Amino acid sequence: MRVVVIGAGITGAACARVLARAGYDVTVVERGAVAGGTSAMCEGNLLVSDKTPGPELDLAVDAAVRWPLVARELQDELGPGFPSIEFEPKGGLVVSTTAEGADPLRGFAASQRDVGIDAREIGADDALELEPHLNPEITAAVYYPQDAQVQPVAAVEALLASARRAGARVMTSTEVVGALRDATGRIAGVRTSRGDLHADLVVNAAGPWAGAVAGTLGVELPVLPRRGMVLVTTRMPHRVFRKVYDADYVGATQSGDADLQTSTVVESTAAGTVLIGSSRQRVGFDDRLDVEVIREIAMKSLRLFPFLEDMQVLRTYGGFRPYMPDHLPVIGEDPRLPNLYHVTGHEGAGIGLSVSSAELLLAQVMDTESPLDPAPFAIDRPTLAPHLQEVAS
Amino acid sequence: MSARAVDPRRDPIQPGPTDPVTITFEGREYVGVRGQSVAGVLLANNVLDWRTTSTRHEPRGLFCGIGVCFDCVVTVDGQRDVRACQRTARDGAQVERQHDELPRRVEEAGS
Amino acid sequence: MTDVLVVGAGPAGLAAAAAARRRGAMVRVIDSAERTGGQYWRHLPESRPSGRESVLHHQWGAYQSLRQALESDSGCTIDTETQVWAIERRADGSLRVNLAYGDVDGTRVTETVVPDRLVLATGAHDRALPVPGWTLPGVFTAGAAQAMAKGERIAVGDRVVVAGSGPFLFPVTASLGQAGARVVGVFEASRPSRMARHWLARPWELMGASHKVSELAGYVAHHLRGRVPYRTGFGVVEIHGTDRVEAVTVARLDADWAPVPGTERRIACDAVCLGHGFTPRLELAVAAGCELTDERFVRVDGEQRTSVDGVFAAGEITAIGGVDLALAEGEIAGWVAAGGRSADASVRAARRARDRFARFAERIATAHPIGASWSTWLQDDTIVCRCEEVDAGTLARVAESTASVGLRSLKLTTRAGLGLCQGRICGRSVEQLLSGSSGCAAFADGATTDRRPIAAPLRIGDLARAPQSTETSPHHIP
Ligand SMILES: Cc1cc2nc3c(=O)[nH]c(=O)nc-3n(C[C@H](O)[C@H](O)[C@H](O)COP(=O)(O)OP(=O)(O)OC[C@H]3O[C@@H](n4cnc5c(N)ncnc54)[C@H](O)[C@@H]3O)c2cc1C
Ligand SMILES: Cc1cc2nc3c(=O)[nH]c(=O)nc-3n(C[C@H](O)[C@H](O)[C@H](O)COP(=O)(O)OP(=O)(O)OC[C@H]3O[C@@H](n4cnc5c(N)ncnc54)[C@H](O)[C@@H]3O)c2cc1C
Ligand code: FES
Repeated sequence: MRVVVIGAGITGAACARVLARAGYDVTVVERGAVAGGTSAMCEGNLLVSDKTPGPELDLAVDAAVRWPLVARELQDELGPGFPSIEFEPKGGLVVSTTAEGADPLRGFAASQRDVGIDAREIGADDALELEPHLNPEITAAVYYPQDAQVQPVAAVEALLASARRAGARVMTSTEVVGALRDATGRIAGVRTSRGDLHADLVVNAAGPWAGAVAGTLGVELPVLPRRGMVLVTTRMPHRVFRKVYDADYVGATQSGDADLQTSTVVESTAAGTVLIGSSRQRVGFDDRLDVEVIREIAMKSLRLFPFLEDMQVLRTYGGFRPYMPDHLPVIGEDPRLPNLYHVTGHEGAGIGLSVSSAELLLAQVMDTESPLDPAPFAIDRPTLAPHLQEVAS
Repeated sequence: MSARAVDPRRDPIQPGPTDPVTITFEGREYVGVRGQSVAGVLLANNVLDWRTTSTRHEPRGLFCGIGVCFDCVVTVDGQRDVRACQRTARDGAQVERQHDELPRRVEEAGS
Repeated sequence: MTDVLVVGAGPAGLAAAAAARRRGAMVRVIDSAERTGGQYWRHLPESRPSGRESVLHHQWGAYQSLRQALESDSGCTIDTETQVWAIERRADGSLRVNLAYGDVDGTRVTETVVPDRLVLATGAHDRALPVPGWTLPGVFTAGAAQAMAKGERIAVGDRVVVAGSGPFLFPVTASLGQAGARVVGVFEASRPSRMARHWLARPWELMGASHKVSELAGYVAHHLRGRVPYRTGFGVVEIHGTDRVEAVTVARLDADWAPVPGTERRIACDAVCLGHGFTPRLELAVAAGCELTDERFVRVDGEQRTSVDGVFAAGEITAIGGVDLALAEGEIAGWVAAGGRSADASVRAARRARDRFARFAERIATAHPIGASWSTWLQDDTIVCRCEEVDAGTLARVAESTASVGLRSLKLTTRAGLGLCQGRICGRSVEQLLSGSSGCAAFADGATTDRRPIAAPLRIGDLARAPQSTETSPHHIP
């Protein structure tokens, strides 16, 4: 069976890998270079901590179990000469910095504990033991040992290298511009800027551009971009040990508000720099620098780590989170165009959720038992129906 | 002696009188000319390196001399990442070698 | 009245400011350095007066008069120690220029201005190709030796080797000599035949650029007088030492700069100055949205307009052409930015000078291209990216194992270009090593190392305290 995967971001790479290893004849088609889209413009947080109980959290829990295994497999397979994916199960610490923020955080953590998440409410003293440079004024703290981190670009390259070893081909500088259809109207491949590619199955993993790709293939998909910016500091002595979030992160991920929101996530990288994220804004694909956005990120980071005041910002970058109007990814076949599968809409969690999304896809393609109930991610789920109609009309 | 200040008595520009400026680096005092950069004062005293790299632990000092390469960064009066070639030396400035170790891995889920 | 903001107080920026004033605009000049003059007229601070500083400079009088005119002019503000750290493009097409002033790399105050017109004159910095041992203390760029000699009266060494390519090696050697250093050899990688072909091919052009030529002739005379060995077709292929430079190996280079085996010679020295041409400082132009040429300079038209409305560029960011070209371009840019036309009689002389020196610059560039085989002198463990200590072997291995054709990915998997200098020093070399090309479109993701949205590091506290959308005209003096 031939499969074309559209997009060589983390989603496409993870899908290509499981499909190729399962024996499919996989071709990844990427209009630019591998990891040239959102997956190179994000942070590599693998989080359960920021998710409300529900299908997305279920997927994240599955991913939290899978990532350590995948990381080990990749390392064994690719060897020490391959760039490390820098998988670090370092744990996350969520704190609230305001009096009003404390109870919602505790309540949120309790709701997560109810569904089996390891969310440990700890005192300020314990929090400061985990993070000695944290602002001592925090009002509540929850520690999440399941949170981890990878270097996303290295992860994409490693997943794809593994896919190639299993026989997958990767075509870069090749843009998908349309669908090939068989006599019955099913998709039978793609038309690209470099010619036609026949395939039995097509996987749309084009991230924030998945809506546009779906459109060229002949179906509507309401994927929208949500701008996010991150600050990178210069290298400094190691002072941020875990992933540390301001609890207002919890609210922001779920919101569809267009206005600027920022919520602080601070983490060290293996190179000794610190990443400070991030903003959320609906500005289409507008990638111009807006100093007000990075100013707000900088300002809020000081609430968590006052010492950052005297550290230097070296660079800023940003990407477009691909999101669905109902804030759940779409994973599965499109009933409107049989043999076309979408795997997209992961918003601010696509790195973490990639490996599990790929398994869900594989189970559907092979018609084997799914690691999770796929129904909540189906394109014809009720919460998406109004938006599909909206786009179609 | 390699790096050094031009001998004022032999300098074709016929320099006028100058004021000294003293900075401290690694426990020693170095005297330069007021108006010189931190790098200038150190080089005038034949100090060629004032940073240690993170990976190979190698010495570095001045390279581009015009603020572009950032090889020359030092900590001045407690503030990190100051380009020695661009920062004018102030009397009494405490200059420290910058050596940032790479972070150790945090792997501790479930502690 | 038009507000013209000039970034860069080197020859191009100062000339632009003067011309814009002459045409009646209000002008503000910004430079991150402590003193005006740029790279060419880098000089001693006020606190170090001297009788004859002019002997270190060419056209010192021109600088003095430009500077005095601007400093005494109430319609012109000059802000030194002021860094443009970011430029934002707003939806209405205007630009927001973000400044930070105060001690270099210290705790600073920020300000945002929205000028009517912007002249970018940010110049260039030396390019130094990686060579085994080039990270040793005592190895400098040629420009560093120059800057230390002119701006601090420091000789970077006692026995100095100068190597690289291009006429800039002459003034560096001269300055080293004037600072009392012994230049034990100047090694020009280009071959005499190539230089002769291009330098001497069209003598009438040299006549046009006569005073540049006499400057060069002066340097050559100086070399002969001082008996500084000047070898063409040679290069430094390895630098030796443990904690500082002790010696170099020089070798004959073939036409593509591959070392010729058997021609190596070791020379003891305590300093090495490398200069393989210049790299324009493009980050502000890129942030402003200006188009670049295939050779990766800012694209300008005959009026020094960039592709962005209201933004002009002059000096070394448009081509490497030396001070005369910078002055002429600056004058035209400033004049037109202030509302004039390049056809105006007032800038006729500048227009002529620009055309003349542009041809001169072209010939120098063709005489001294970077040889395609320079990388053959690298060893596996030769550092290419100095900040992140990425060596040539790692670059090659990662490129091979990932098969990546995207620069973004290669940077993140090797860390080359991600360090403090943000690829200013290694960027072009890394691109060449990874793609075999130095063009704008060498990588499938369309990325280059020229994009640096933050033009210089800023303390997080200073950023956090940045005024929230308080825009002022450039003439608001805080
Ligand atoms: C600031 C920021 C921070 C983030 N932080 C995190 C985090 O900490 N953890 C986390 O899990 N997630 C995070 N995310 C979200 C994450 O980055 C995304 O969910 C994820 O990268 C999406 O991956 P993807 O492969 O689906 O899309 P992409 O990486 O965008 O890949 C899609 C690919 O499709 C290609 N393509 C598009 N159109 C075509 C076409 N017509 N033909 C061929 N190819 C095409 C594109 O070129 C692109 O390479 C963050 C996002 C942002 C913006
Ligand atoms: C170190 C060095 C020494 C040189 N010495 C000589 C020499 O002796 N003889 C010779 O013929 N040529 C020399 N050159 C070549 C020289 O660059 C040109 O001849 C001439 O100076 C170019 O003028 P310019 O105005 O284009 O740029 P420059 O003189 O380079 O001026 C650009 C100015 O812009 C400022 N700037 C850049 N970015 C920013 C920012 N973001 N914010 C604020 N300010 C900014 C810089 O501080 C600089 O002062 C030298 C070059 C270098 C790099
Ligand atoms: S020596 Fe290059 S920045 Fe100071």
